[in-house]
Parts: sequence; structure tokens; C-alpha cells
Amino acid sequence: MMTVGKRELICIGCPMGCPVMVEMDGGEIVSVSGNTCPRGDAYARKEVTNPTRIVTSTVKAEGGLVEMISVKTKEDIPKDKIFDCVRALKGITVKAPVHIGDVILADVAGTGVDVVATRNA
Amino acid sequence: MYDVIIIGAGVSGCATARELSRYRLRICVLEKAEDVCCGTSKANSAIVHAGYDAPVGSLMAKLNVEGNQMMERLSKELDFAFRRIGSLVVCRDEEERPSLQALYERGIANGVEGLRIVEKEELRRMEPNISEDAVAALHASTAGIVCPFGMNIAFAENAAANGVEFRFDTEVQGIRKKERGWLIETDQGQYEAKCVVNAAGVFADTIHNMVSEQKIKITPRRGDYCLLDKSAGAHVSRVIFALPGKYGKGVLVTPTVHGNLLVGPTAIDTEDKEGVNTTRAGLDQVLRKAGENVKDLPMRSVITSFAGLRAHEEHHEFMIGEVEGADGFVDCAGIESPGLTASPAIGVMVAGIVREILQPEENPQFVGTRKGILNPQELSREERMRLLAEKPAYGNIICRCEMVTEGEIVDAIRRPLGARSLDGVKRRTRAGMGRCQAGFCSPRVMEILARECGKTIGEITKAGGASKIVVGVNKDAL
Amino acid sequence: MKTYDIIIIGGGPAGLSAAVCAKKSGTDSILILERDKELGGILNQCIHNGFGLHTFKEELTGPEYAERFIEQVKELRIEYKLHTMVMDISSDKVVTAMNSTDGLFELKAGAIILAMGCRERSRGALNIPGYRPAGIFSAGTAQRLVNMEGCLPGRKVVILGSGDIGLIMARRMTLEGAQVQVVAELMPYSGGLKRNIVQCLDDYGIPLKLSHTVVDIRGKERVEGITLAQVDEKGRPIPGTEEAYECDTLLLSVGLIPENELSSGMGVELSRVTSGPVVNESLETNIEGVFACGNVLHVHDLVDFVSEEAAAAGRNAARYVQTAGMRQAAGCTVEIRAVDGVRYTVPSRINVERMEDIQTLRFRVGGVYKNCFVSVYLDEERILHRKRPVMAPGEMEEVKLKREELLQYPDLQTITVKLEEV
Repeated sequence: MMTVGKRELICIGCPMGCPVMVEMDGGEIVSVSGNTCPRGDAYARKEVTNPTRIVTSTVKAEGGLVEMISVKTKEDIPKDKIFDCVRALKGITVKAPVHIGDVILADVAGTGVDVVATRNA
Repeated sequence: MYDVIIIGAGVSGCATARELSRYRLRICVLEKAEDVCCGTSKANSAIVHAGYDAPVGSLMAKLNVEGNQMMERLSKELDFAFRRIGSLVVCRDEEERPSLQALYERGIANGVEGLRIVEKEELRRMEPNISEDAVAALHASTAGIVCPFGMNIAFAENAAANGVEFRFDTEVQGIRKKERGWLIETDQGQYEAKCVVNAAGVFADTIHNMVSEQKIKITPRRGDYCLLDKSAGAHVSRVIFALPGKYGKGVLVTPTVHGNLLVGPTAIDTEDKEGVNTTRAGLDQVLRKAGENVKDLPMRSVITSFAGLRAHEEHHEFMIGEVEGADGFVDCAGIESPGLTASPAIGVMVAGIVREILQPEENPQFVGTRKGILNPQELSREERMRLLAEKPAYGNIICRCEMVTEGEIVDAIRRPLGARSLDGVKRRTRAGMGRCQAGFCSPRVMEILARECGKTIGEITKAGGASKIVVGVNKDAL
Repeated sequence: MKTYDIIIIGGGPAGLSAAVCAKKSGTDSILILERDKELGGILNQCIHNGFGLHTFKEELTGPEYAERFIEQVKELRIEYKLHTMVMDISSDKVVTAMNSTDGLFELKAGAIILAMGCRERSRGALNIPGYRPAGIFSAGTAQRLVNMEGCLPGRKVVILGSGDIGLIMARRMTLEGAQVQVVAELMPYSGGLKRNIVQCLDDYGIPLKLSHTVVDIRGKERVEGITLAQVDEKGRPIPGTEEAYECDTLLLSVGLIPENELSSGMGVELSRVTSGPVVNESLETNIEGVFACGNVLHVHDLVDFVSEEAAAAGRNAARYVQTAGMRQAAGCTVEIRAVDGVRYTVPSRINVERMEDIQTLRFRVGGVYKNCFVSVYLDEERILHRKRPVMAPGEMEEVKLKREELLQYPDLQTITVKLEEV
């Protein structure tokens, strides 16, 4: 990780995609600029120290009208855990009925975050 | 031991099979592809030519005119789409008028009826979108358009209904003369027959050269086409040809029987007998030349482009007959344009040659008619309501561009020689042939194919062989 | 013939929002006709997050966003029919539809809301030369296969077009175990949202090649490879820049086209720019009582704006049926000119008397503009001049007009929306 200098980011907090500049010194964040809302500031600080993402995927469904249930991590997880997360979902089959928000896999890949259903079936 | 083996399930092979099924013969058609109509027969201009093009006295001219005359009745007997819309050969330069006149005279000599030269004003009235440069045209009222898949499949299904066997995914690798008849080696085992018909399209030289010292060469001549949306289908109402002249051979513009507009083809000789790839240069040429005879073509409405290979033989003549020194081996080679038009007559002629050799009895059970896949759009409202009440699958639209229902797709799969791939369903029902080009319907057609054929989605192909649509399931490689 | 006050064609995000708002505006007799097996439209296959920040102030996935509206439709007891294809709509608002339980049937509507959405441009529309093997998918078809059927369309993937669906599918395919080699874009800028480039491409090290296109497709049965080439400013491939890629799959994300076959069949006037209906301040087409909203009207970047627009269409349709026959064409209609970088506006004409207090004009720009001003002129007078740091064709823009302000110009002839450098 960069400790000194400027880093330009595109905020992914919302579809606006604001260009955000983070100034670093000695591993510390000196300033954040360019963001147009507080989400941008929060995103930028996290992105340069501990980048995280929401992960969305699917698992197989049984007994309902659909083949697959869409799922997501309930909160964002560290970026470097994304593939561990989807690997952990491999082979999972859930039985209908399933509702939005039902926990499909608790504490995915040791992140402390649950994977939940994002559709009913 | 079969009486007759026909190599190739294109339109000539299937027309021959259907003609021969009038007799008490054991017949088998060997086809290397997974379906009928997979080579030259599926990618061409779909024109029923009047017959003024071919040289006077040629077999091509004779069979063209005969095939044209048979088309209407056949389309009713076998239930395929055919419309006699007429054609115009457009002359854009007074200096070229003699060529137009020559074409007219050749047509008369070939026995073509309904030919006349129309002048500028009348031409404009007939076709308001004709080029401003047009000075006159040769109008041929007997020309028409046909569904090439529909005709090929109709021949095949009718032949099958009359007892002809079909073997798909079966490629002929060698042919040897036996004491009586022929031994045919394929990648699926050996076949024996008293008589062999070589209707192998662009591969007809390979097959011919297996049995004859008199080698022939078929050159695949590629033609690139663009197909336009139905919104452009009424841009012209007849087949519009360019008069071959000092600017070379132009491209044609024509409505299709399904209401699209087709422009093309190019003519590019290639070595690759499976080289049906379009090229940038080819497509550019089509787009450029299409505008020469027809103005304001809405080229924004192109929904797909494709290329086909004509089986060009250097003498540009149909080669039909028993091969010298190979008794019982009948060539049906060099079938390029007007091969589709001539195919009914080709079938009769080839069958006649085989009949001379085998002297078969008539098949009293022969049924010469066939019903195609029911198209609910052709029914009246009341008829359609009745159909829906009886068969709810006809109420479930799968292809929304062409409004093809589940009922039609199931029919296409279940009937004899039914579809086994997405392309097979497409050629039979038009599902996937519309403006979205199968974007919406292909997953649903795959589901129906899987269900009806007892396969998994993963086994469904676009066109047989290695053309699987999906390659695995989610996360299988993680 | 059964009659409804409002019939809504399509049960995707636009149709759902229009239905909910029409009902809340006091019209009870509403029917949604949906061709798929469930409500929600394309959102059901958009399982990624990023929906609803404007509408619900939280980040939802597509199915979750759809469910918020489906719940309301059910709570409000709005009638809907699934698996139902509308075959034809007549100009006097008779809808002919078909499904496998009711057969072919006709319904009469007081007002119609067109909400059929859009379809993807196909390979054919681009005239990409080469073979036609298996393995060429539009990005949305691949999305359906992966997200709804659980099938992997390919393992080594090249994507042409950097529209949002293409970018989203680059990440989806990667996370399902495929290797996405490159995303090529014909234009010198991406057609998708910036954040999707960051989180769908940059996160996974997938290169984006701007000003590139596919010039050849190889493979007779299944795709075996493609060739990319750089293009000049007119989009023509530059000889000598060809680069071959081995892949088994080509995904196309090359644009969306509003699906207006039903609309044009009933005589609705379409815009050559948007391919959607030409509408007035009420989102009403040239046929009285026929409204349009969502991607059938013009292709949106965010579903939140679809919902907002559709709500207006629902409200207006309800008002139309409630005041049937009483509406007098007060005031006159002013045309909106979209020029100088503004490709179109929706609506493209407004009646100042009839407009709501605040009228949103949505539009797209024709290129990438940095530090430009969006200006609105009432005839010769500039009434709005707003600086925008960046505008790109992939993102929808909007300006708001105030009725109060417009009423001060009784002789108003034209409203002009344009981009200005200063």
C-alpha cells in the first residue's frame, strides 16, 4: 500500500462516480478532496486503507419456480476475500421457500459477514 | 444392402430421395451434418429464377425452367412458403440495353414465359424505390421467392414419411466398387448399396473422385449476404437484379417469403469448403453494390449477415448422370444457382436415371403430400382460439420477434427428422431469426430442446458437433 | 370485451412503478400484462448491487429493488397477468393478448402505458465479419444464462462494448470462474458508468481497450478466437493494428434499442434519435391517452430514474382517465430543441398550462464534455446555465423547468437545451 503521495480514485459509492483525491503521508490520510458527499469521503478512506466490496452471486435452488437464487454479502467484505467468498458458495443448494434476507451462508470465508438471499423463491 | 444411398441431405439430395420414394426401394440418405439443409441449401438467395440466365440448350436452362414450373404445385403439396413475385433485371445505362435485349431473347429461347422489357416510367410505378439511373428492366413474371429451408425440409420429411431412412452426423470417407453395388465407408460404419447418388454439394468432387479417374473440381464460391429487418421488407416488391455489365456482376435486392429484405451476394472463390465466414471486404461490397439499383436502402436495419458457398464447377453446368466406368454411381454435382429453383426437376431427373438402372416397381403406399409445422399466425382468429383451447402450448410465445410459440417449437422437435439444435429449430420455426437474433429466446428454446430430447442444457448445441452453447455450470472451475 | 381504466404493457420496473402510482392517484381499474413468468422484468437477472440509492436511499440488488415494487403492487391489489404476450394494440386502445390459460383475448383500455423496455443490439447490427459459431452472446443473454439458469456460457471471454451490462458481465463471468481477457470499446470513451469500470474491470485487472473493435471471429463450430483492431475517429479499423485473441466466447454489449414494435403498430410517432415515442409533458404520445415510460421511451442509465419517470406516467394516465372528456387543450405546446451536444430531450414538447410545477427534462449528450455548461433558453433568453465537470454519453443528464417561470413567457415559441463552453 502506498504511504506517501496522492491517489486518485473514482468513488463507487453511487453511480455518480465522483473523482476523489486522497493525500497520504506516512501511512496517514492527510486529506480527501473531490467528493461531493460524505459517502465519497468514507469510500476513499476505506479504499486506501482497507478496500472492501459487496459480493453478489447465485446458489442453486430446489423445489421452487427458479433454478437459481441470487445472493449477496450482507455487508461489504475485504476485497482480497472476494474469491474465497464465491468459492465458499460453490456447491450450496437451498430449498424453497426462500425469502429476501434469509441467511444462505453465515460468516462467509471468515469475514464475519453473512451471505443472504436477494430474491424470493 | 440398400437399393439406393444418397450422399448429402441438401435440397438436391432430398428432392431425389422424395422422387425415389415413389418406388419400392430401400433408400438411405447419408449426411455429415446433424440436420438436413446445412450446406449450400441453407445460405443462398432463396430465389426461384425464371430461367433466362443459363445458356440456351444447357441442362441448367432446361431444369431451371422445369423446376420453376413445378414450384407452385409442389409448394402446395409439400406445404412450404413460395411466392411468385416476379423479378426485374435493371439496366442503368442506355449503352447496356443490348445486353438487356440479349437476356430477353435468351429467356425466350429457353422457353421462359412472361418476359417483357419495361421502360423507365412503368418501372418507377412498379418499384418506386428503383434507382434514379434505371432506364429499363427485364420483367420476368414467373420468378419468385421460396423458403429454402422450408423446401429442403419438406422434401426430406415427405421422403422420410414414405420410408426413406436418414443418417445424420455420418461422413462418407471412402467408396469402393463391390461385385454387386457399392461399399460406402463412413465414420459411423459401412453401408452397402446397389446405387449411389452423389449430391454432396461443394464436396461432390471429393465423392466423385473416389470412384472415377475422370477427376472433377468443385470450387466453393462464397457469397456474402445481409438480411434486413421486416420493417424494410416492403422496400421492393420484386426480386431486383443488376444487369451484369461493365461494372461487373451486381448484387440482388429481394423481399423474403417471411417479409425481410435480403441483399447480396458477393462471389469470391475460396479453397475452404467450410469457409462460410463473411469478411469485411465482402460485406462492404454488398452494402455498396446494393444501393446501385435500389435507392434509400435502410442499411441501419441489417439484423444479420451470413455467407454461403455455391458448388461451382468450371464448366458452369449441372453434372447429372451415371458416371462413366462406375455403374450405378450417379453424379448430381455442380449444382449451383439456379440449383434451388431446379431442385424439383433435378430430383425427377436423378430419380429417372436411378430408375433406369434398378427398374423398381411403383410404391403403392406413396403419399405425395406433407403438412408443415402449423403456423398459428396464418390461422383466422376463430381457428386460432380453437387451437389454443385444445393445445395451450400455442398460447406461449417463445420468440417474441417472430411470435413463435412453444407449440410450434415442440412440433419442430417431435416430427420425423425433427430439430435437435437451436439452428434446427430456427430453420423450421424462425425462432431466433428475428430482429433480436435469438437474444431473448435462445435460453428458452434450449430449455424446450433439453426437455423434449431428454438432454441437459449443457448438451444442447447451436448446430450439432462441438457447437455447444454453454460450456459448464457456475463455479465449476473455482 | 373486458375494460380497464389503465392497461400497462410490461411488468418490469417501469410498468410496476407506473401501476403503483396510478393506483395511488385514485384509479382502481388497472391491469399489468407481463410476458415473463414473474414480475420485475430485467431486474430479476440483474443480481448485482447498486440499485435504489435515489429511490430508497440504500443500495439494493436488482431482484430486491423489483421486490419493493412487487410488494406494493400486491398490497394495492393491482391486477396482473403473467406469461401473457401482447400481440397488438389498436389506435382506439383495444389490446389483443395471448397466454396459454386464457387463449387469445381482447381488452379495452381507457388509457395505455407502454412499458415494454428494450432489447440488445445484436452482432448483425454491427456487421462484424467472420464465422457464426456457438459462443457469441449478447451480454444480457449471457447474464440470463449465468444468473437465472446457472450455466456458464464460456471459459475464455472477450467482451465487445463497455456498456454497463458488458462491464457487469465481465465481473460476473470472472466470479463464476471464467477468464475475461479484455473489454473492447469502439468509441474513445466507455458507454458505462465510471464506477462499473472501477469495480468490474479495475478490481480484476481486466483491460479496457478504447477505440477498438472486433474485426474477425474464428471457429466453425464454437468460437476459437477473435481479432481486435484499433479504429480511427470514424470507427474504421486501422490496418496493421490487428491483435488476435484466443477465446471460446464473445459477449456483445453494444447498445440497447427500445422495443417499439407494438407502439409503431398502433401509430405512435417515434423519435429517430431515441427510437422511443415522441412524448409531451405528460409522457403522452401523439395518441391521446397512450403514455410511455422507462426504457421503451428512451434507454436509461439508472433504474431509479425509470421508476421516477414511470410514476409520472402513472399519475398522468390516472388523471387522464379521471378527467376523460373534460380536458380542454388549454395553452399551446412548445417544442424543445436539443442542439449543440444535446442529442434529445424527453419530453420533447411541453404544454406550459398543463405541465406540473417542476418538469424534469432528461437527455443524453453526444460525446465526452469536460467543464461544459448545460444551458436552457426560452426563445432567446438564457434561463439556466449550469456547469458540469464531466458529461458522457453513458450517463443521463437532466434539467428541471419551473412552470411558474415559464408562465412568465406567454409568447414562448421554443425551448432550447444545449451545451456551451462558457
